Amino acid sequence: MNKKKLWSLGVMLILVLSTILAACGGADNKDTGSKDTSTGGDSASGGGAKTLVYGRGGDSVALDPAVVTDGESFTVTANIYETLVNFGDRDVTIQPGLAKSWEPSEDGLTYTFQLQEGVKFHDGTDFNAEAVVKNVERWKAGGDKHPYFSSQFVVGDKQVIESVTAEGDYTVVFKLSQPQAPFLKNLAMSPFAIASPTVFEANEEGLSTDPVGTGPFKFVEWKRNDSITIEKNPDYYIDGFPKLDKVIYRSIPDNSVRLNDLTTGAIDVADGLSPSDKASIEANSKLQIIERPSMNVGYLGLTVTRAPFDNVKVRQAVNYAIDKQALVDAFYEGLAEPAKNPMPPVISGYNDDITGYEFDPEKAKALLAEAGYDGKEIELWAMPVPRPYMPDGQKVAEAIQKNLADVGIPSKIVTFEWATYLEKAQNGEADAFLLGWTGDNGDADNFLYTLLDGDNIGSNNYTFYDNPELHKIFVDAQTEIDEAKRNELYKQAQEIIHADAPWVPLAHSTPILGASSKVSNYIAHPTGSDRLDAVDIK
Amino acid sequence: MLHYMGRRLFQLIPVLLGMSFIVFMLIRAIPGNPAQVILGQQATKEAVEALNASLGLDKPWYTQYFSYLGGILQGDLGVSLRTKLPVSEEIFPYLAATAELALFAMIIAVIIGVNAGIISAWFQNSWFDYLAMVIALIGVSVPVFWLGLMEQWAFSIKLNWLPNSGRENVRDPITAITHFYLLDTLIQGRFDQFIEVLKRLVLPGLALATIPMAIIARMTRSSMLEVMRSDYVRTARAKGQKMFIVVYKHALKNAIIPVLTVIGLQTGLLLGGAILTETIFSWPGIGRYIYEAIGFRDYPVIQSGILVIAFIFIMINLIVDLLYTVIDPRIKYK
Repeated sequence: MNKKKLWSLGVMLILVLSTILAACGGADNKDTGSKDTSTGGDSASGGGAKTLVYGRGGDSVALDPAVVTDGESFTVTANIYETLVNFGDRDVTIQPGLAKSWEPSEDGLTYTFQLQEGVKFHDGTDFNAEAVVKNVERWKAGGDKHPYFSSQFVVGDKQVIESVTAEGDYTVVFKLSQPQAPFLKNLAMSPFAIASPTVFEANEEGLSTDPVGTGPFKFVEWKRNDSITIEKNPDYYIDGFPKLDKVIYRSIPDNSVRLNDLTTGAIDVADGLSPSDKASIEANSKLQIIERPSMNVGYLGLTVTRAPFDNVKVRQAVNYAIDKQALVDAFYEGLAEPAKNPMPPVISGYNDDITGYEFDPEKAKALLAEAGYDGKEIELWAMPVPRPYMPDGQKVAEAIQKNLADVGIPSKIVTFEWATYLEKAQNGEADAFLLGWTGDNGDADNFLYTLLDGDNIGSNNYTFYDNPELHKIFVDAQTEIDEAKRNELYKQAQEIIHADAPWVPLAHSTPILGASSKVSNYIAHPTGSDRLDAVDIK
Repeated sequence: MLHYMGRRLFQLIPVLLGMSFIVFMLIRAIPGNPAQVILGQQATKEAVEALNASLGLDKPWYTQYFSYLGGILQGDLGVSLRTKLPVSEEIFPYLAATAELALFAMIIAVIIGVNAGIISAWFQNSWFDYLAMVIALIGVSVPVFWLGLMEQWAFSIKLNWLPNSGRENVRDPITAITHFYLLDTLIQGRFDQFIEVLKRLVLPGLALATIPMAIIARMTRSSMLEVMRSDYVRTARAKGQKMFIVVYKHALKNAIIPVLTVIGLQTGLLLGGAILTETIFSWPGIGRYIYEAIGFRDYPVIQSGILVIAFIFIMINLIVDLLYTVIDPRIKYK
């Protein structure tokens, strides 16, 4: 029997060893990050190739920026294509892009752009006025295929861009049917990037899988749900850029796995980290934190058509009842500031004169008594997914539940799967719900009108708040091209919203990225689409 | 035999038909509209309606269902609402990624599971038997999610033996030909990449193998115990034949039938149930493909994805049934 036992042990050992050996075969050439760039044997990049591996939560939907709406798609297309005008490196000011300069007419109805000369698309097509005209005509003809074009440049049934014409090789004239204040900011958005007309005229759908722009990087390969590879455009029109030879975007859905990959050097940049990861990145000398300027707002919406929030006093009471500072401290790891307006301070037109509702449970109770609130339980909706503006909806909801209970509002936390959550909230089925918004083009209109105007009930105005006076201000502001007058209008609007209190604005968060300390010049842009032309890696 | 196969394949039709119908109705019962999800929070009401119409989602359900069925009969699995690519074209790389992982996991599970089961049965009530069965019990109960993260922590972060996630070293990408990367690297004669792919299969493979391994071990053990009490094994032993021969030549052949059934069922389950493993190890497989499609209400992908998995599941079980006749000639299908 003893012999048999030995034998069994032997068999077991062989089994275990054989698996481990299979596992560790060739363990000597470990995957230790950038070391592999030189041993990779990739003939195209050669020995000293600088490759940046960028880890993110999800894959792109398509690589034709005109047809998508998701941030992950724009993250990649922003480096393959370029827009006529650019946002600033760190802000949303308007800078030259494919257009060297531009001139609006006095009445704001005509914009004349002078284009960069000598620029070529990756397929060799010349970039010129004709190419711009063809792109705009493509967007105009696209209808619901180009969702951002219809949301930014179509009002009702009317196209804001009436016509676009080429005057000479490098001059393009846009004629508008009505003045549009955020016109240039809209054009700077990723969806309005200029693609090679040769490609989309031959096969429009092809652009989604084989993107061709003028940008610093050329498309190489897309392995779905896995990686997208782009490489240096050697003919890029700005000398010395890009610095990197290759960028690989990897989809790593799990946040903690992405952080692990960053720690082991398998990736060089990790996007979309949780605020709670900040400490472990800071503790690691091989890593650095990159902060993205805040352009978002997280809020608690109060559906104004539902009792008890049809009473403005109850809404104000809720504003007094919630301890925003405590929320920021507990769930955003200090990577946020408490909000008092429905838009972040970086947006021009922000009204800093407004005094936010301070945390004052006594005042809240008094207001509730005045309103004659009956103590009926409300539903408090918690977001099921983390977003930069709301890192943990469930926990934030629990804290708010406690705040509300303290002033005598009993609540029940409810949650749904994300698509369901949005649809039900959009139908006005929620009493109070957590949600937020990240700005698209850095314009006040994109926050205030989009989220709080009566026109947008049924889309992004989830609280069903509708104030005719406010609506008039918004409409005036949309066509007002004098920046100062326009900002004044938005300041006025924020006062009205503050008094009506359809929301409890909670926080403006600072999203973070983690990067290897070998990465330099990485500038995270508030819009979330980072241009990597200046980024370098040791 | 051929007649049997024909009958089995014929039975596939009502099964898949029923399946397609149930899935079709179920996913439409969940709230959340694909057009809304595709267009995102920015969308206007008109845009959502327009997109709904252009996707054909405004038509009554039976019109949608029959046009979907009609498409399938012509080999058309529909077009992804999200990426606008034909599902039949899109699905293969995902399927290959999962199949490679599942096969690898099943090989581990079968080798270890069957052998552990045999040894446990042979040395019934020995320390090995107790240990193996305790491990098997833990194996079926441990959450895959937790196991995966622990594996990463131990073998990747602490020991730095194996890569943490992904199918390939993206800095040295593999040219996909068949999308089975082990095969692709061999075709191209890239042995270094072959090792790389193998290393990346180990951690998710082990995580995925744990449950089937445990089930197979327990099944093998009980099946072997039964066989070993039979006369012919006793005779073989009495003749003084080597234990190895008795076990692997005589006993296993009769004990393996129920084990084979379990292996077939588990392989099918692995194909569809790999979502957690695929998420933790950033594996671009079919589980994640369908899971994400559910989040986006990408109806054609969900419908066809589940249908394809169901089809493979049924085929695997058919193959298992046919293998019975090879292993045990007494089994005959009419």
